[in-house]
Order: sequence, then C-alpha cells, then structure tokens
Amino acid sequence: MLRIDRVSKRFENGLAALSPVDLTIERGEIVGLVGTSGCGKSTLLRIACGLETPTTGEVILDGEPVTEPRSEVGIVFQEPRLMPWLTVRQNVGFALSKFSKSRRGPLIDAALHKVGLTAFADALPQQLSGGMAQRAAIARALVARPSVLLLDEPFSALDAFTRLGLQDHLLDIWREDKPTLLFVTHDIEEALVLSDRIVVMRAKPGRIHAQYEIDLPRPRRRADPRLQVWKERLLQDLDLVAA
Amino acid sequence: MKALAFLGRGIKRSGLLGFVFPVLLLLVWESLSRFGIVRASLLPPPSAVALTLRDLARSGELLGHIEVTLMRVAFGFAGGTLAATVLGALTGYSDLWRRLLDPLLQAIRSIPSIAWVPLFVLWLGIFEASKDTLIAVGVFFPVYLNLMAGIQQVDRKLVEVARVHGYRGVALVRYVLLPATLPTYITGLRGGLGLGWMFVIAAELMGASEGLGFLLIDGQQTGRPAIIIASILLFGCFGKLSDMALARIGQRFTGWQDSFKAAKEKEANASDRSGLQAI
Ligand SMILES: Nc1ncnc2c1ncn2[C@@H]1O[C@H](COP(=O)(O)OP(=O)(O)OP(=O)(O)O)[C@@H](O)[C@H]1O
Ligand SMILES: [Mg+2]
Repeated sequence: MLRIDRVSKRFENGLAALSPVDLTIERGEIVGLVGTSGCGKSTLLRIACGLETPTTGEVILDGEPVTEPRSEVGIVFQEPRLMPWLTVRQNVGFALSKFSKSRRGPLIDAALHKVGLTAFADALPQQLSGGMAQRAAIARALVARPSVLLLDEPFSALDAFTRLGLQDHLLDIWREDKPTLLFVTHDIEEALVLSDRIVVMRAKPGRIHAQYEIDLPRPRRRADPRLQVWKERLLQDLDLVAA
Repeated sequence: MKALAFLGRGIKRSGLLGFVFPVLLLLVWESLSRFGIVRASLLPPPSAVALTLRDLARSGELLGHIEVTLMRVAFGFAGGTLAATVLGALTGYSDLWRRLLDPLLQAIRSIPSIAWVPLFVLWLGIFEASKDTLIAVGVFFPVYLNLMAGIQQVDRKLVEVARVHGYRGVALVRYVLLPATLPTYITGLRGGLGLGWMFVIAAELMGASEGLGFLLIDGQQTGRPAIIIASILLFGCFGKLSDMALARIGQRFTGWQDSFKAAKEKEANASDRSGLQAI
C-alpha cells in the first residue's frame, strides 16, 4: 500500500506546488492522475518516489516511510532521459544492475520486444525518434518489475497506434505481477480505459479536487457508452466543458 | 587531361586531400630558393632542411634532443593533468570546495604563466624541475577548467534516473558522472597538451643545453636557418602526433559522441547531394 499522507510542497522560490494532499493507493491498484498543466502532478510523483522531499507530510510504502529512491518503486519520467552514451539495450540494462549478468540478457530482450525496439537494440539514443526513445524509457522502467510503478505522461509523445499498443502492454504487465500503478495523463480516455480510480487535481495551490472509482470490467472498449458518460463528467471537473 | 582528372579523383577518394596544399607549398618554396628569388641564407629550400635533418639524425644528436623535449612534455603533462584532475573533480563535485578553491585558482590563472619562470628557477634550479613545473602550470588550467565545467554540466535529470535505479556513490560516479564528463575532460586534455608544447618551447628558449627548443636557439646563434626550420617542423610533427594519439584514445571512450556527429555529417552530405540533384 502506498500512502501519501498530508504531503505539501513549497519550493524555495515560495511557490506552493502542493497544498496538503492525501492519497492512499492499494497494492495492485491502477490510479490515473489528471489535471491541468502546472497543478503539481509531476511534483507529486517525484515526492512519491523519493526524489523530492515534501515540505510537510510523508510518503509511506508498505509501512515504511520513503525518504529516498527505492528499488521497488520505478518511474517513467515525462521525458525519456536515456543515457546518451549507452545503446538502447544498455539503457534498458541500466535498471538491472542488481541482477546477475546471465539473467539480464533475456529480461532485456523480452522488454525490448514488448515495446517493439528489438531492431534498435544497438542504436544510440540520438538515433531514435522521440516516440522510440520514450518506448525505450518505458522498457527500462518495466524491465526490473518494480512493485510500484509511477508514470508521468508516459505515452503523450507517442502516435495513437503505439499508444494503444503500449496501454495494452501496460495492462499485460499489470496482469502478470499486479504492480501498483500511478500514472499521470492528459488523455481522459486513456485514464478511463486503464484506471480503477481517477484522481482529478487542480492548481493554485495543487490539490486533489475529486476522485472517482471506475468500476467497469476489463478489458474496456474505448467506444463503450458508459465511458462517454464518465468522460463528460471528468471534462466538467477540469472546467473544460461548461457545466 | 583525362589522366589528371583521374588522378584528381583518386586523391579526393584516398583522403590525401589535406596533402595537396603542403606539397604545392613545398614545390613553390623549393623553386623560390633554387632560382634565387629569396636568399637561401635566410630561407633555405626544403631539400636543404631535409639534408640538415638527416645530418643531425646521423650524428645521433637529433634523437637526443627529441627525447629530452618529449620527456619534458610528458612529465609536465602528467604532473599538470594529475593536479588538475584532483582539483577539478573536487571543485566540480562539491560546492563547498569550489567556493573554497576556485577563486584562488582563477586568480592564479590570470597571471601570465611565463611570469612564474624566475620564481621557479629560484626555487627549483635551472634544470629539469623548473621546466617541468612551468609546463605543468600550462597544462593545468585547460584540464582543470574543462573537468570542473564538465562535471557541473552533467544533466541533473540523468543523475535522477541513476538515483531511482539505486546508483549511489562510486557507482553513480562510474556509470553516470564519468561517462557524461569524459568528452569535456578529453577536450581539456587536448587543450592542455597543446599548451604543454607551447610551454616547453618557452622553457627551452629561456635556457637549456638540450632539446628541440635549444636547437632553435642554437640555429639562430650559429646562423643556420635550416636548423631553425627543421626544429619548427619537428615541433609541429610531434605536437600533431601527440594530439592525434590523445584524440584516438579519447575516441575509444567517447565514440558515442563521434558516431552521432558522423550520423549528422552523413545526413548533411545526403542533403548536399539531394540539393545537387535538384539543380
Ligand atoms: N524545482 C522547482 N522549483 C520551483 N518551482 C517548481 C519546481 N518544479 C516545479 N515547480 C512548479 O511547481 C508547479 C507544479 O509543477 P509540476 O511539474 O508538478 O506540474 P504538472 O502538473 O506536472 O504540469 P504538466 O502537466 O505541465 O507536466 C509548477 O507551477 C511549476 O512551475
Ligand atoms: Mg508534469
């Protein structure tokens, strides 16, 4: 269980990025985080994985406070962040430093295969397109099978086809070892198709505005009329549609 | 005409293009002296320079001078690089050390290095130690500045990725900071080596009984311009060769950058060609 307990964040420049946020995510739950730009989603994820310390409050993972990055918590950043001097294969292997050499190879191969980068295993990041680089970053985050996976707009740089493929891929992974997933997205449909629960954040100061349990069975069809009803509702919450 | 065009294409392909002008220059220079257009006592023809080199080499004198100069550069480079690497790493990684040391080092840097010579001679004598130290001072600053800047410019975002994946301390340095810094460090080493060659000449001009710099002065004092030109050429050759060696070593570690550059150049060439086709 991942518990974000009264976490607030004020940056050195005085900006209140998060006013106290409370969020509890059960083991194996999929939570989608939506909200307008600048409302503190990335900040919340960074605090949740221990990269940033909260001004007040704490993050507790399975009873232990998270004060610095831990190997059970993986994160996909908003940008690919690949090491430019490593090939795609080595970049994915970067996440496996604690695994024996003999175990690394097959794990990397499988991860690359799933994101469709097998043919580019030996390419350098500079030779990849933006979408390919992001897929490599996703492979790197998934390859070590963290029990909690935080994803910051993981698919927003991708074309529609790849995006659908990777959404399914994410669900496949989830079915296999049921990691806790917290992902940020600007795509409401994506949130609806993937999430058990959708959390809506608002800015100034960053806070949780509403939460909805999406109790529809999986796999969900994107054209499902029930999703359309939710969509309307969420758009209203985000002030994107006049009430 | 056809044969000439064929030859031209052959040269273009074989990467000998860089030799075209030097060879032309040598021919012009040779004929200028040969036909008495310039006085051979001021500018001896290349053939005379070559003969002088051969004579020096035969007597064994040349090898001795080269060895002495190479050793000075090697010692100075090693010393300067060592000091610069330790201090550059310190000031690059640690804010505290940078604030402690960098202002002093920057102040020292603004002193023209030749100004140290009298002091070094007084302290270390007129022999090797003072020369090596002067060279080391020259080598120090480019290496130090590049290493410090290189470490500071490492992308914070990549460091975060490493932290998330459990890299700390030595592992963080070994797998992220070091490879990220290496290209700038090697730029610094090459700059340092270049200055090392400059300073070895300065050191040898100011009083030496051996070395290529001594040969220069000797040629001047005995009125033999061929020797001066020969030493200048030797400095050029060794400077270039040592830089190439360093670049080659560097390329083994920073090949990822070069292959990126190569890919870009290929792209540029491709667009060149397509431009031609359009015309
Ligand atoms: N290191 C920092 N120092 C100061 N302010 C920051 C810092 N990081 C983020 N902020 C501010 O905090 C607020 C929230 O930023 P955050 O990146 O969390 O937003 P976001 O919800 O992820 O936005 P987006 O959807 O555009 O990615 C923004 O106003 C931003 O300017
Ligand atoms: Mg963000």
